[in-house]
Amino acid sequence: MAEQQIVNGLFLGSIYALFAVGYTLVFGILDILNLAHQAVFMIGAFVALELVLYEHWNIFPALVAAMLAGGALGVLLYYVAFKPLRRRPDTYFSGLISSLAMATIFEAIALRVWGARTSRFPLNTFPDRSYQIGNASVTLLQIVILVVSLLLMLGLQLMVRRSRLGKGMRAVAENERAARILGVDVERVIIVSFLISSALGAAAGVLYGLSFNSVSPDMGRSVELKGLSIIVLGGMGSIPGAVLGGFLLGITEVASVAQLGSSKRDAIAFIVLFVILLIRPRGLLGRATVREV
Amino acid sequence: MCCGFCGRWGAMNWLTEFYNQNSTIINFIGLNAILGLSLYITLSAGLLSLANAGFMGIGAYTGALLTIHQHWPLWGSLLAGGLMAALLALPLGLPVLRLRGVFLAIATIGFGEVVRLFFINWSFAGGALGIVGVPQETRWWHIYLVLLALLFFFWRLRRSRMGYALEAIRQDEPAARTMGINTTFYKVLTFVLGAFIAGVAGVLQAHLRFIVDPGDYGFARAVDILVYAVVGGMNIFIGPLLGAGLITVLPEVLRHMKSWGIQPGPDRQLINGVVLLLVILFLPRGIVSLFDWRPGRRPRWPLFRRAETRASRT
Amino acid sequence: MLLELEDIGRSFGGVHAVDGASFAVSQGHVHGLIGPNGAGKTTAINLISGLLRPQRGEIRLDGQRLDRLPAYRIAELGVRRTFQSIRLFPGMTALQNVTVGQHVRRQASLFEKLVFSRRSASEERLLQADAEELLDRTGIGGRGDERASNLAYGDQRRLEIARALASNPRLLLLDEPAAGMNQSEALGLGELVRRLAAGGLTILLVEHNVRLVMAVCDRITVLDFGKVIANGTPAEISADPAVIAAYLGLEPTAGSE
Repeated sequence: MAEQQIVNGLFLGSIYALFAVGYTLVFGILDILNLAHQAVFMIGAFVALELVLYEHWNIFPALVAAMLAGGALGVLLYYVAFKPLRRRPDTYFSGLISSLAMATIFEAIALRVWGARTSRFPLNTFPDRSYQIGNASVTLLQIVILVVSLLLMLGLQLMVRRSRLGKGMRAVAENERAARILGVDVERVIIVSFLISSALGAAAGVLYGLSFNSVSPDMGRSVELKGLSIIVLGGMGSIPGAVLGGFLLGITEVASVAQLGSSKRDAIAFIVLFVILLIRPRGLLGRATVREV
Repeated sequence: MCCGFCGRWGAMNWLTEFYNQNSTIINFIGLNAILGLSLYITLSAGLLSLANAGFMGIGAYTGALLTIHQHWPLWGSLLAGGLMAALLALPLGLPVLRLRGVFLAIATIGFGEVVRLFFINWSFAGGALGIVGVPQETRWWHIYLVLLALLFFFWRLRRSRMGYALEAIRQDEPAARTMGINTTFYKVLTFVLGAFIAGVAGVLQAHLRFIVDPGDYGFARAVDILVYAVVGGMNIFIGPLLGAGLITVLPEVLRHMKSWGIQPGPDRQLINGVVLLLVILFLPRGIVSLFDWRPGRRPRWPLFRRAETRASRT
Repeated sequence: MLLELEDIGRSFGGVHAVDGASFAVSQGHVHGLIGPNGAGKTTAINLISGLLRPQRGEIRLDGQRLDRLPAYRIAELGVRRTFQSIRLFPGMTALQNVTVGQHVRRQASLFEKLVFSRRSASEERLLQADAEELLDRTGIGGRGDERASNLAYGDQRRLEIARALASNPRLLLLDEPAAGMNQSEALGLGELVRRLAAGGLTILLVEHNVRLVMAVCDRITVLDFGKVIANGTPAEISADPAVIAAYLGLEPTAGSE
């Protein structure tokens, strides 16, 4: 029983982690919360759905296409909602508001285009096979989701640690002005960060839509708040923290549903959020200063 | 004299007709303005708290349950709803107000969601269906009396000891402390006051709408309240009033314009989003900043320095 | 002795900003606190005013311990300070800045304001008049309605002092008030400081402009690496070999234009 919960928790957690990583990436670079991330998550799912349902694409290229669309949206977000506000003294607040506005706009557009009803992936999108691992049964879908998430997150971590661009990203996250003086192309770093962050968010949306087999314009709402909890738990700005936090939340959620019933499911994320903010606001792996002087 | 009398009678008629046609809008403008002010008071101390939707819910449930089960009069329920929200704001506010800007916002968002989930699961209060059958006792003048009282309060606050202190805290909190201002006290006070106001708004809304729906007090509502304050202007108390008025009225206006073929069916959410985006990009100090009447000065309200004093100083 | 610091210590990470410093300031004196960059002078001001808490030692104001009190309580006891980098309230006018400084003198409660009580109105009139008089006294009278951020640099410094004086403090901590001033401006500031002290105010003056300090102070404490290396009259200090050694390589006019 416990093993089944762990398996389910891991697989749910990997989706949460993938979503949260995008969130924390932008926060780390720009010190702003991109509240439109959940809208990109949702639109990514819809893009893949459209391609699979109406164009009869295979799910994998659809996933890639969704990621590309997400990336493009991310760049659009930067140019429309964040870049014009960079010089403001209250940039964190106005960035919050403008991304909120964009999220509202994206969601409203999605409502117009796809309606409020829940859509589903066609049944043959994924072969319905399951395997036994010890006492737990795992579907092929779950395995694929877990693998894809892990690959994407690993790829990101490798890029951040090894590549020149990654070094630039870390420099900008540490101290933007110093990075600029040292010759880092800050603008390019930011654009790429938004691109990657939103591509990952879109991917998370596709995987989420597949796993729950439901895609709707408001699917981003609940995940967004859980994403907040995750990045606070893991430490804002820390990618490994977001991954860790995502898995922890996934497992905790599944376990609590088993013990306490599914109605309390969403509350877990907020209880975690509260507890963390009160006892260790910088999260498990974070470094940011969080308290007032 | 007879013509004067007839003219006045005609005006009365027209007013009553106008109200009957538009009572919902009129009531909601007032209600949303009160909610905007509940956010405004915490913003005036430099705190971005998004918990007021949750406090609104607490007030609504408290008031509705008292009216239905204990047969309290409306004014009693109003007070009780506000006080209950204020009471719960204290243990929430004390630990959470120490957090830096964006973390405070997140914590308060979380609180609002917890409240919503709590009510969804509370079977005594109807669970996910909420409370049905709240006596519709709210009249427009209840709402506007409360609003007027609030406006008076904020007007007098401006040049009072507390008003100066709040402005100082908002612009530079550590400096304010070195001038003898007990910033923790004032921050908690505004948080509690904001909760009280939001609670009262909740009771008013509950007795207007006949139902109390737990889904009404979550993140979406918190965003709406934020929009009223941001669009109207956060630096002066008439800002949220203007913002609430504009945002509430805009969909209606556009709906009427539909007959002129201008908009294919107004979508409240889309409008909110677009207006919010335009305001934050081009008119960051809100609509109110269009009306700076101080002679010989460019239209500028006090700079919104919150992020500079917090995020960039750490 | 109005202000006493006894074995004060405060470090950040591994850096001992203040390391066992002890000195005392007499009532009515202008007391200088000087030292090379990084000697711990601003940290000392932060410790006294309560924005930082000392990790060891005691700070006493007229015998009452300050070091465990929150900053606003210390201010209520009559301690005021200015900041090295000017920290005026940018969105307020000069007069409004001073008005905020009067916070502890403002007795009328919000309730009285709401009922338009006569006391609150007359108190406010009195305080406004005082505020304007204060602006005159510090040399920026007539600029009360200008935005604080629009004032000239020297006027901003004066405004910060006016704001600090608004509550009739007992002890005024000035953190490099003459920074960025040319010599004549600095001398004007020095005259203001001496006038304030003549009126009974005790002043602790942190400054880089050694010439100004020598001219204006009754006694001087010299810090280096967080420790007190000398304590005495200006004449004694300028002859002290330890002080000269600490400042070796720097012009005696270091810090001034």
